[in-house]
This record gives sequence, C-alpha cells and structure tokens, in this order.
Amino acid sequence: MSEEAKFRWIGTRVVRPDGVDKVTGRATYGADFALPDMLWGRVLRSPHAHARILSVDTSRALAHDGVEAVITSQDLPDIPSEEAFVGEQPTNFRELSHNVMARGKVLYHGHALAAVAATTPEIAASALDLIEVDYEVLPHVLDMPAAMAASAPSLHRDLEPAGFAAGATVPPNVSRRIELGHGEPDQGFAAADVVVEREFTTKPVHQGYIEPHACLVQANPDDDITIWSSSQGHFMVRAYTAKLLGIELSKVRAIPAEIGGGFGGKTTVYLEPLAAQLSRISGRPVKMVMSREEVFRATGPALGTRIRVKMGCKQDGRLTGAEAVLHYEAGAFPGSPVQAGAMTMFAPYELEHVRVTGYDVLVNKPKTAAYRAPGAPMGAFAVETVIDELAEKLEIDPIELRLRNAARKGTQAPFGPRYREIGCVETLEALRSHPHYTAPLGPNQGRGVALGFWFNAGMQSSAGLNVNEDGSVSVISGNPDIGGSRASLALMAAEEMGIDYEKVGAWIADTASIGFSDITGGSRVTFATGMAVVEAARDVKRQLCERAAAIWEVEPERVKWVEGEARLEGEPDREPLGLVDLAQRAARTGGPISGRASLTARGVGMAFGAHICDVEVDPETGRVEVIRYTAVQDAGRAIHPSYVEGQMQGGAAQGIGWALNEEYVYDEDGKMCNPSFLDYRMPVASDLPMIDTVIVEVPNPRHPYGVRGVGEVPIVPPIPAVVNAVHAATGVRYFDLPLSPPRVLAGIEAAADRGA
Amino acid sequence: MKRHVVATIDGEHAEFLCDDGQTLLDVLRDVLHRTGTKEGCGTGDCGACSVIVDGRLVCSCLMLAAEVEGREVETAISISNGDTLHPLQRRFLEDAALQCGVCTPGFLVAAKALLDRNLDPSESEVRFWLAGNLCRCTGYDKIVRSVLETAAELRGGTG
Ligand code: FES
Ligand code: FES
Repeated sequence: MSEEAKFRWIGTRVVRPDGVDKVTGRATYGADFALPDMLWGRVLRSPHAHARILSVDTSRALAHDGVEAVITSQDLPDIPSEEAFVGEQPTNFRELSHNVMARGKVLYHGHALAAVAATTPEIAASALDLIEVDYEVLPHVLDMPAAMAASAPSLHRDLEPAGFAAGATVPPNVSRRIELGHGEPDQGFAAADVVVEREFTTKPVHQGYIEPHACLVQANPDDDITIWSSSQGHFMVRAYTAKLLGIELSKVRAIPAEIGGGFGGKTTVYLEPLAAQLSRISGRPVKMVMSREEVFRATGPALGTRIRVKMGCKQDGRLTGAEAVLHYEAGAFPGSPVQAGAMTMFAPYELEHVRVTGYDVLVNKPKTAAYRAPGAPMGAFAVETVIDELAEKLEIDPIELRLRNAARKGTQAPFGPRYREIGCVETLEALRSHPHYTAPLGPNQGRGVALGFWFNAGMQSSAGLNVNEDGSVSVISGNPDIGGSRASLALMAAEEMGIDYEKVGAWIADTASIGFSDITGGSRVTFATGMAVVEAARDVKRQLCERAAAIWEVEPERVKWVEGEARLEGEPDREPLGLVDLAQRAARTGGPISGRASLTARGVGMAFGAHICDVEVDPETGRVEVIRYTAVQDAGRAIHPSYVEGQMQGGAAQGIGWALNEEYVYDEDGKMCNPSFLDYRMPVASDLPMIDTVIVEVPNPRHPYGVRGVGEVPIVPPIPAVVNAVHAATGVRYFDLPLSPPRVLAGIEAAADRGA
Repeated sequence: MKRHVVATIDGEHAEFLCDDGQTLLDVLRDVLHRTGTKEGCGTGDCGACSVIVDGRLVCSCLMLAAEVEGREVETAISISNGDTLHPLQRRFLEDAALQCGVCTPGFLVAAKALLDRNLDPSESEVRFWLAGNLCRCTGYDKIVRSVLETAAELRGGTG
C-alpha cells in the first residue's frame, strides 16, 4: 500500500536513544543509586506459611551498633480498605499494606514483618537475627482443593466473597466468583459430533526479571520523600508509597530508574514504603535491594491454576460449544487474574455457546502479581490442547480447524462486545503458509501449533514535546522504558514532526515533571503513550504554524507544517521556516514552544499470535528439546520491528520455560524449595533454537499509526504449542505443567504399558 | 581489619579497602561505585556480574575482592575504547540485542571473552559459551546473532 511508502521513520530499525548507555554500563538501574550518609535496609521475613504474630521485640536489634531504625507494622498506619486506583491487577491499599508488612498474622513463608536500617548491609542483616518474634503457628493451605475444603483454615476472617448469589454456600478462602459468556453450552454439546473434556493444572512460576527489586529513598525533615526505584510505573510507586504511609501524593516524588525487566512483576511495591519509613525515622537516605532468594520467596509470582475445559465440535470442524471452570490461586491476598483468564481463553473463536466460571482462591503463598498477559497463558494451554485433540479426533489439520472457527470482525467475544478490526485470520494464515509448517520432521520429533489472544491496555498517559532552543526536539513521557519504548516514541515524534530521528531526544520524567501516567504494562506504552506523543506533537505543530504566521503576518490557517517546516500556502516562493528558525525566534514570537497531551487512550487494538513449535523428545530420559520455533503475530503496525520481534522472541522463550521447566516447588511446611536461578531453571541460550518471527500488520484504525500492543500476546501460545508438539512426538497427552523429564518419561512409560 | 588491595580495573590503577568476606562485585559496585557490573543473583547463576580477571571470565559475585590483588580486571566499561564502541557493543545496538539491558554488560563481557579466544564460533558454541548468562527479555536470538555477526566482522568477513 502506498501508505507504507509515505512513512519516513515508522518501521525503521534505528538505534534506541538509551542504547549507548546500556551497552557501556552507564545506565542506572534500581540498585545503582547511592547518597552520602546512606543506610542499608533489610527485611525480616516469616519462617512460617501461616502464623499469628504474638509479639515482636526489636529492642536488641535497635541497640545493635550501627542500627539506626527498626520498623514493624506498628510503625506504619493501619489504613482503611480502599480499591487501588493504579497498578495492573485488582488491588486494595489495605491488603497491599498488609502484604508489604504483615499485621497480626503472617500469611506465607517469606512474608515481611519487620525491617532494619543500618550503616552497612552486613550490620542490617545481622540485626535481623536480633529481632525476637513469638509466633503461634497456624495450619496452612498450599493448594486450592485444600484451601476450599470445608475444614480449611481461613486466611482472612473478614473476607467478603463477591459474585455469589445470596445464600449460596461459599467454600472457605474463595474471594470471588465470576461468570461470563453467552448461549447455552449444553445445547452446543448436544449438537456436537465430538466432545472433549479435560482438566489441566499449572504451577506458580516467576516472571524471572534479572534485576531484583531495589530502591533508594530519602525523606526530608519537612516530610518530602524522594524515591529512586526501578518499577513498571513510578506514578504507581508514588501512589502506593504515599497511601501506605498515609501522606499526600504531592509529598512524594518518584524518580524512575532504568528497569531490569518486570513482565508484570514490578507493577506493585514491596520495598519503597519500608525504605521511606526507615528514612523518616532515621533521618538518613535508605537503600534496599532484594536478594534473588527474596525475589522468589516474597514477590508476586504468577499464579498456579486448575482449569476444566469442555468443547464440542461438528464433523465439519465447526465448534458448537465451550465451557470452562477456572480455579486461580491468588496467593495470600485476593486478586488473581481469573477474570482475564476467563475472558481470553476462548477469545480467538467464534462461539455461539460459551460459558466460563472462575474462582479466586486464597492459599498460603505470596500474593501473586501480573505476569505478561496475566491469566491468559494458562487458559490458552487448556483450550488449545483441547482444540488439538479435537483436530486429531476429527482428522482435520489443526490450523485449518482454528481457521474454520476463527474470530473476525463482528464476532461476539465471550466477554461481550463484537470485535472491530482484528487480525486473527491473517495471523493463522501467515502461520499456515510459513515453510516451517510443512518442513519434514525426524524420529522422536513432533510439531505443535497454538493460537493466543490478548486485549492490550489503553489507560492514561501523558507526554510532552519541547522544541529546544537549537531546534532539536525533546520528547518527555511518564512511562519507564522496559524494552525500547523510548525508540518507538521518538520514531513517532520524528515521523509526526517530519524531522530526523537523530534530532529527537526521548526522556522519562519523574512524577513531579510530567502528568500522571499509568504503569508500563498491558502492552500499552507504544500504543497509549505513543498516542499522547502524537497529540503533543500536533499541539506543537499548531504552535509552530502560529509562530510562522506571526512572523509572516498572515492568518495562521494559511500556514501548513510540511516535511519539518512551516510553509505558506499559495506562496511556493516564500522561504519556509524550519524548526531552527522558529526556535531561534521563539522569544520574540510568544516564548518557548512546547506541547503536551494527557489522555485516556481509547480504541485499543486487540491482538492475536500463533506459534509453531518443533520438539525432539528423548524416549530414554523424557527430556524435551525445542528444535525449531516460529512466532507469528499481528502488531497492527510495527513502529520498530526489531523490538517487536524481540517481544515475540522473549515471550516465546518465557513460555517455553513455563511449559518445560519452571515451577515453584514447596515443601509441606509451605517453604519454597527452589528459590535460586540454579534450582528454578529458566531457559538459557543453549536450551533454545533461534526463534523465527513473522510480523503481521492489520492496522488498528483507532491509533494514529495503527499500533496494537505487542508485549504480552507472545507468551500466550507457547505453552500449548510446546505441549501439542510433545504429544505429536510421543503420542501422549499431558495435562499438567511443567513437562519436566520425569513427567514426560512417566507419560511415555504409562502409554507403553497400556499398549503392551 | 580491612584489607588494602591494589589492582588494575578497566585499565586504571585502583586501590581499595575491603573486608575479607566482600566479593569483587560488592567492591566494584558499593566501594568503587562502578555500577556498570550488575547483580542478578549473587550466587553465580546469572552471569550479570561477569568480568574478566587476567584474561579469565569469572562471576564477580563468586570471587573475593581480596583475590584481585595485583591482577587486571576488565568490566563492560573497558570493552569500549573511550568513545568508540567495541564492534560487539555496536552490533548489540544495531540488532536490538537488548531490551531492558540489565543483562547486557554481562553478556558483552562474556561474548568478548569468547571472541578473544575463538573468532569463528559456531552458533552452538556461542549458545553454550553464553549459557551462564541469563537474559529473560530477548529469548537470546538477537544476542546470539549479534555475537556471530561480530565474529564475522572481526574476521574481516561479511562485516
Ligand atoms: S550476580 Fe553473579 S552470577 Fe548472578
Ligand atoms: S535484556 Fe532484559 S534481561 Fe536481557
């Protein structure tokens, strides 16, 4: 299309603005800040999965040489229940406060219950041993069946379960029931030629960002608090810290550090309120950095799930009905992404009859946090595995079966609305025509495919665009750059302004220097913050035209901004005015030229991804090796294709790890047994092949450049793609993650026994 | 009692005081404020803290600071020659081989150690050499490609 040709910068693979800093070690991440006179904070964590705190004696710790402050929940305000207004998953400030510092009870192994600030990290660590805690150990629940048994101990006595009919019996530890869908699935099953019903389980897994949580906080005597920390949203850090300390948001300034990965896990706080309180008490800056073990034990992993799926299909491959029941582990406080799981699992398909019921279940494990398309990969695992089985039973090619049922414009989504422009069919077709799909396979090898969906988020964003005195342009936004978003924002600004990319600087401002911006999450920055940048640029162009009009003494309507300069309509001989000219004359034409935009981004582009995975399974050991992998995804429009590919490859790798290796292993006391990168085995370079990518572009008509979010979709298809591939290689269907060698081998041996 | 250590770090003379138990990583980051070397785990499992000591690739979180007495330490900072980026750094940027970038200094150091001894590694050699470095963002694809392309460039090949 000729539209493509008219872009000068969109779709190019420029070097990111923050690139040189990041390859030379100059970029400053959360743990890289220091201040004179700084103290080091450490956290005392519960050795029990569930216990009442009878008493905490901090006097010996406080008396220890070098210790400047010790806090417990008694040093933080007991705040009222209030729904949090920022963040990613549903959160309540009171629960957040109790998660950051246990009050009355500890609810999981690793739960924070006191914190110390001392002159060195070593002194802080040794002071923790001097805090005396008297516990009454309570019975705990680690899995959902146990948590929901009639005799189960309750985590929260004041729990008010939502979504149940009046008078319904609610099992213990269920905080919420949800239901969605349309039609009558039973009718659909009655009309089906084949019905498959299966139950699936997945274990909690960690986002595995390489940078542990870290912050530096300085509280001044007038109670202004400055926070340097790495997070997916410094406005979130400001709000959570202020709320938990019971102070005004205006008193807190959060300065974003570079962030060393988040994937949803840094959409909440753990350390900042504690460091702030320690700093207020000690009068000195306090730095806190988690150890990797603390990250595993005490930050929110992604949840474990139990999912039952039933789907019916006609001989001709038309799906007739679908039903699912989801149990999602929220951890120690309510708020699993069960709603998102329920909404996304059947979203790629046109279904007349579909119903999903979901439960949010509390267990004595860390409060879960978002992880890339929160809640969706597990649902896709269940649905896409059942679809694979249907395709096998009906002897229909699995991509063809999906295409026959694929959602398109006008299809009613299971969560209600009808889709606008979506690229589900285009994505599947690109997958089918990829040479990978028909490449030959060797012995013990198998191929699987899967489809995935994610909404993507809009939410609120702010951006500013300043024309500098020399005519260069600075783009300012309020979203931490987690994987190249400075580049995509700068590209859009350059395109919009009609100037060279090299003339654009991209900066992330602190909470006192830019309007409110929701978190970097929901794949929303290039989409929503990009929209704000484009609006700010248009604001600036309007001003530039006005300035030129003033210089030329003409009506502003006669001036147009074309290819980076103001031109006077109807007078082609008039020398145009460029950014440098107008910047130099700014003082005399009305002052600095600066535009801004703050908006709630509407018109989010929902997105689909589809993956092909080839595996080779060692029949002797059950080890699965991924030997070839291809990811296809509708990006709407790829602003910076390399970073879109990077999202696809990174999401695929995480999904492969989730499918094959990663899991939280607990002992019976509720202690995580594998809190290190050695024992929590994430994929390393030698575990993976190259990950091929195909970017499909079905532009989102409601974004100025057609953008859809790209960051989350790619983690949705990998689990079922891998599991379906293992089935193809072994003939065995697996329903429980991860597909570690012992589990795979047990499946192969059981099948051999049955066959023998 | 602190120990007095003299070493060469990134080509510069460096002196510091450290406790016997302090790791090289702690000293680099917290004593010398050279925070370009990152900590991802502190247990030798992620490679974010990779440095080269007398030509050998090590995890600085596993080495005691006192052990570098009289030795030469290279971190990600000394990969570039002043303002001129090393070909590896340039390739990483051009190929978008970093997303969050926190693993990047470690990968660059490890990749340089590889290319210093083998300018013609196979893809599989690159993958196994870098298996001690975790990256959670990229899926390794673009990192491995960057290293292979840099090797070709340095061999004077396809550059
Ligand atoms: S910090 Fe040294 S290997 Fe992870
Ligand atoms: S780029 Fe984020 S961990 Fe590698």
